[in-house]
Amino acid sequence: MTINHDQPISFSPLHRLQWEEAQQKYVILYPEGMVELNQSSAEILKLCDGSRALPQIVAELEEKFATAGLTNDITNFLNVALQNGWIRQA
Amino acid sequence: MAGSDKLNITPPRWLLAELSYKCPLQCPYCSNPLDYAKYPDELGTDDWKRVLSEARKMGAVQLGFSGGEPLTRQDLSELVRHARELGYYSNLITSGYGLTEEKIVELKQAGLDHIQVSIQASTQELNDHIAGTATYQHKQDVAKLVKKHGYPMVLCVVIHRENIHQMPQILEMAENLGADYLELANTQYYGWAHLNRDALLPTREQFEEAEKIAQAYKEKVAGKMKIYYVVPDFYEDRPKACMNGWGTTFLTIAPDGTALPCHSARELPGLDCPNVKDFSIAEIWNESKTFNFFRGTEWMQEPCRSCDEKHKDFGGCRCQAFLFNGDMYSTDPVCGKSPERYRIDAAIDSARQLALSGEEKPLVFRNSKNSKQLY
Repeated sequence: MTINHDQPISFSPLHRLQWEEAQQKYVILYPEGMVELNQSSAEILKLCDGSRALPQIVAELEEKFATAGLTNDITNFLNVALQNGWIRQA
Repeated sequence: MAGSDKLNITPPRWLLAELSYKCPLQCPYCSNPLDYAKYPDELGTDDWKRVLSEARKMGAVQLGFSGGEPLTRQDLSELVRHARELGYYSNLITSGYGLTEEKIVELKQAGLDHIQVSIQASTQELNDHIAGTATYQHKQDVAKLVKKHGYPMVLCVVIHRENIHQMPQILEMAENLGADYLELANTQYYGWAHLNRDALLPTREQFEEAEKIAQAYKEKVAGKMKIYYVVPDFYEDRPKACMNGWGTTFLTIAPDGTALPCHSARELPGLDCPNVKDFSIAEIWNESKTFNFFRGTEWMQEPCRSCDEKHKDFGGCRCQAFLFNGDMYSTDPVCGKSPERYRIDAAIDSARQLALSGEEKPLVFRNSKNSKQLY
């Protein structure tokens, strides 16, 4: 299971992405479990709202952080996210 | 106070709200204390709301509504709504008994995130025998309705000697019901399960066979259904990191408002567990004798004290040390380094002999009548 470049990516309706004030970080919540996210992972997942495919996500983040060459890192992370069921396509 | 190390107090992350000890089921491995009938009082709605608010403020984020059967509480939807407003991820841990489609929708609208339904076996006959109630068909229907209304669906099957031979059928049942997660929880021998251990503990051969089947299935359903496999620590050589360490992560509130570092801690002597009617959650978590009792490592005896794994497993489970060794400060007897490991091996042998003899030992079912006779 790997990310398809053309299909929009949405966050899984069976998980919840949430800012935790006490921990000062974003977390993914699911039945009886929690994953703590670092800032870059959270920035990527926040863009997985069903309206953007991989190239748009990369472009937006590269612009936001005024940098280039993020494609590999973002693709790798999204593949992990897909395998964990945090995101889905179509 | 045995091991107060106040510098290292981390906030609670997991709140288990045991709303009621009332339960229409009578599972003989129930983790509620044997003498639960002694504590019939239940916190009112306002007290529960305050508990949820205070724990959330400290950083608790996962919330389990459990029991007994949490559906016996008429104010469940109100509590769920309050939890959602606070930002909890709320889990309903239920037998499914009394859960109608109307209620499933109502709870969803209130903001419930997830429903975990327990099923006792893959056949009606065995399910209804273990549960002590005719519930099999209803549980199947509930599982489908949970799925239909968009909840992540978690099936929980507690595994023991009476159902371990059904492992292939249990896995198929979960897949057919469309479970997103299947929790295969090998029985942990506390409370009622401790009492019924000779009749419930599988032999090592049974356990290894069942584990092989479950692990193979895990690969088959990868990406579709997640399988959580809770190992039976008796067949391990090192203890479990019980509760992720005492007073580090988990907070249980019993139906009467007693605050517990784990749901079995009520059985330990001399802890003087505080009640939320008398103290705030912050006072209980940070300052109470109970929650500081086994924090850190100062309380440990040998072989834990000098062990290089003590920060990994925290000496194992205090309740197990007390139940087997009569000493809650001692090393969990599951540990191969414990001089008391022979007690676990004796328990394994005792259950094995009963299993091989073919004799029937009647199960003591979890109900108020039996609870009252046991204290």
